[in-house]
Amino acid sequence: MTGSEPKATPDLARELGLTADEYDRIIKRLGREPTYTELGLFSALWSEHCAYKHSRVFLARLPQTGPHVLQGPGENAGVVDIGDGWAVVFKIESHNHPSFIEPFQGAATGVGGILRDIFTMGARPIALLDSLRFGEPDDPKTRRLIEGVVSGISWYGNCFGCPTVGGEIAFAPEYAGNPLVNVMCVGLVRADRIFRARAEGVGNPVFYVGNKTGRDGIHGATMASSTFDERAEERRPTVQVGDPFTEKLLLEACLELMQTGAVVGIQDMGAAGLACCTSEMPARAGTGMEVELSRVPRREIEMTPYEILLSESQERMLLVVARGREEEVRRVFAKWELDAVEIGQVTGDGDLTVRHHGEIAARLPVKALAEAPRYEKPTAPPPWMAELRAFDPLTLPEPADYEEALLAVLGSPTIGSKEWAFRQYDQQVGINTLVLPGSDAAVLRVKGTRRALAISTDGNGRQVFLHPRRGAAMAVCEAARNVSCAGGRPLGVTDCLNFGSPERPEILWQFAEAIDGLAEACRALDLPVVGGNVSFYNETNGQAVLPTPIVGVVGVLEEAGRAATQWFKGAGHRLALLGPDAVSLGGSEYLWTLHRRLAGALAPLDLGLERRVQSAVQAAIGTELVLSAHDCAEGGLAVAVAEGCVTGRELVGGSVTLPEGARADLTLFGEGPSRVVVSVDPARVLEFEGLMAESAIPWCWIGTTGSERLRVRCGSTTVIDAAIESLEQAWRRGFERHLA
Amino acid sequence: MRFGVVVFPGTWSDCDFHYVVSEVLRQPVKYIWHRDRNLDDVDCVVLPGGFSYGDYLRAGAVAGRSPVVEALGDFVARGGHVLGSCNGFQILCEAGLLPGALMRNECLQYRCQQTHLVVENVETPFTRGLRVGQVLTMPISHGEGKYYADAGALAKLRKNGQIVFRYATAEGQVTRTANPNGSLESIAGVVNEEGTVLGLMPHPERAAEPAMGSTDGLLIFQSLLGSLVEDGSFLKR
Repeated sequence: MTGSEPKATPDLARELGLTADEYDRIIKRLGREPTYTELGLFSALWSEHCAYKHSRVFLARLPQTGPHVLQGPGENAGVVDIGDGWAVVFKIESHNHPSFIEPFQGAATGVGGILRDIFTMGARPIALLDSLRFGEPDDPKTRRLIEGVVSGISWYGNCFGCPTVGGEIAFAPEYAGNPLVNVMCVGLVRADRIFRARAEGVGNPVFYVGNKTGRDGIHGATMASSTFDERAEERRPTVQVGDPFTEKLLLEACLELMQTGAVVGIQDMGAAGLACCTSEMPARAGTGMEVELSRVPRREIEMTPYEILLSESQERMLLVVARGREEEVRRVFAKWELDAVEIGQVTGDGDLTVRHHGEIAARLPVKALAEAPRYEKPTAPPPWMAELRAFDPLTLPEPADYEEALLAVLGSPTIGSKEWAFRQYDQQVGINTLVLPGSDAAVLRVKGTRRALAISTDGNGRQVFLHPRRGAAMAVCEAARNVSCAGGRPLGVTDCLNFGSPERPEILWQFAEAIDGLAEACRALDLPVVGGNVSFYNETNGQAVLPTPIVGVVGVLEEAGRAATQWFKGAGHRLALLGPDAVSLGGSEYLWTLHRRLAGALAPLDLGLERRVQSAVQAAIGTELVLSAHDCAEGGLAVAVAEGCVTGRELVGGSVTLPEGARADLTLFGEGPSRVVVSVDPARVLEFEGLMAESAIPWCWIGTTGSERLRVRCGSTTVIDAAIESLEQAWRRGFERHLA
Repeated sequence: MRFGVVVFPGTWSDCDFHYVVSEVLRQPVKYIWHRDRNLDDVDCVVLPGGFSYGDYLRAGAVAGRSPVVEALGDFVARGGHVLGSCNGFQILCEAGLLPGALMRNECLQYRCQQTHLVVENVETPFTRGLRVGQVLTMPISHGEGKYYADAGALAKLRKNGQIVFRYATAEGQVTRTANPNGSLESIAGVVNEEGTVLGLMPHPERAAEPAMGSTDGLLIFQSLLGSLVEDGSFLKR
């Protein structure tokens, strides 16, 4: 064993993020003290980030199978069959901790990591979506984070050449110390050409390909598994530095090599780098692996085995290649001017054997590394929960002027236009994007077929905070509803679960409840969860983020040309509201924007009705009975209608009459699930009414499009009569005004 | 008419141009690797968008000295046509095949957005199917697209009618607000003196099908096809 390294001790183990129990467990499993390098391997692979120690028992409750699922959780990404011999590969991942420490590189390498997860499976990435959460944007520190994160995403995605087609950005003070940067990537692959991260075939050579290894990002996985305090910025060296150009070369080289049939297994060196690949790949295949670290291409001198194994340098892959095909690997990677070095081979002994200049630095059973402890820690509902939910927003005064209220909500940073960010992203490279960012879902055609994909991400932390189970179920419903509003049939889910420290019972309770909500909604909508990511420890100085599961949904449209968008298409069209009446101001954007309150109860959720509403919307779009479809989300019905007026290329007014009875602010701004606003050509009204009758859902006509104003009446009282231009200005400036 | 789409390490509009030429224009097309110098079997070389060689040093600087670009001078002298879009335009300027340079956008940010171009010169093989004053709609996607040329070069460009496209409003007015990147005199595209090399920052390949929101990009290709077929220049080569 290497002589000059420190001796492994319980103290050292604790410094590396392992508990005393975990250290004992390692000694028991090995029957000896680990070496320093071995301890480093355990600390990385048993970190929360890599091992899902606190979440695994809960994640098992999610539905993960279905008739279209070609690959569920456990690989680099999930895969769903979309027909015509094509499959879609997708996953969402967080890069929250690095993005707080160093926003530009943190966000950029978040994009890089998820892109590799997709092309590792053999797919060409065709779309990126970013779900971002920040503190209130009037804080200069938050502005710096926003600018850094957006430019990091822009830099990496644009240079690599994958379009950013969607996502959302929302704001709440709870994210000020812990922004969320969740990136989803979608790729296309032939259904029979999927690659997996398995080290099959004893004797097969193991190749290191891509970027050289440096000292960046050592212990990134461990950093992402703890909370922050004032000294967070001292951890900057744990953030990796990205190179999108090398990633682009790596993509082309990997896809080209995969065409040759020489690749047996492949895994991206992400969190915990080489350590992760060399243990997970044989663990999945029931084999072992031996590697010689002195062969690893390095860009710094005198790196120790510990550093080489745990470096999180970007744009690297580990390949297992069919013995005898080594020359093809070298040829393809030489063409793309990338390193490809044989560093070891697959063994049959079940061990990971790491040598450095021939000397053994670590020898461990891969199963020991892969089998991290699983915890089912105590959960307890926070004591303040009941009081918070009991708050009745209607005890607050009614606004004096509803037009002002609409302008305020429409112009809030969360609802306002995100063009400031999206215009910094290439949205079209690949010429597939049929619906650009700014509608409920992005739509991309699948060339060579009549089909298209509809993709959306969603997640409302306020709702999950007030009611983790129902709020999480609503997130699934909303992301799926967005896909339905584009005309897509949702096929699968990926989720990114952003929470505080799981070692606190009330946080773990939020998590467990949210998982149950996700599971219920996914079952009801027949949506398998094929992959995702858990990000715990999103807290600084004891202040946790709002519990925020981000749900990504991918759906398919049979006819790409029928994709729908959210904005009104002209004057004289009838407007209908599909779905239930029940809404609530609890946790609403209105309540936050006008009263700075986060409290109240959520509207009820009827999953059967949700499913019927979505089916009805899909059918209406598929038969071209509607000209637009828009989900009622943050801001309620008033904002959904106003967005129909102002978010398209041309401004279109409207006149809407809503039933009297409830207080007008509840009717206008109340939020609730399963509600969609559609516009209908008057010539197709009878057909539309026929379809609605068949669908067995509640619905009603609420008005017509046209004129230069938006007029809203509750019963016989006109509550809003606003010029479209003023609404458009409020919406357009809502977010950007904080950045200029 | 045979097209060749150049692939540098880091190019990403190669597949899009290939798709438009083969699936929309139904013309023969092949990829040309950046190390190739043989351009004998093509009539038009396309330099697509992307980040060639990572755009390290300056956008297009390394690619502008690559083997394939070194061969372009001879190709153009023999009557070949070259279309450079986005990174391709940057490369053509870096290689000296077009005058001027492309600098960082005035806003200091990347810009991906729809733009309108007003056509200024229809006496080139790329624009002869257009009208002077016609407005074309096609998107941009770049961080370094601010066109610059010194006073002497600009005077020459004007005198020779080498300014082909300027950024404009939807109505064709050249205004400051319609200029997305701070380009000198709103210049979006220029040709060489012979009119056989066109560089433009916008992406015609992203405006070549109704599904993509505009087909104005096709007009450039169709002009070129018409020019070369009609005067038989592609047969002479």
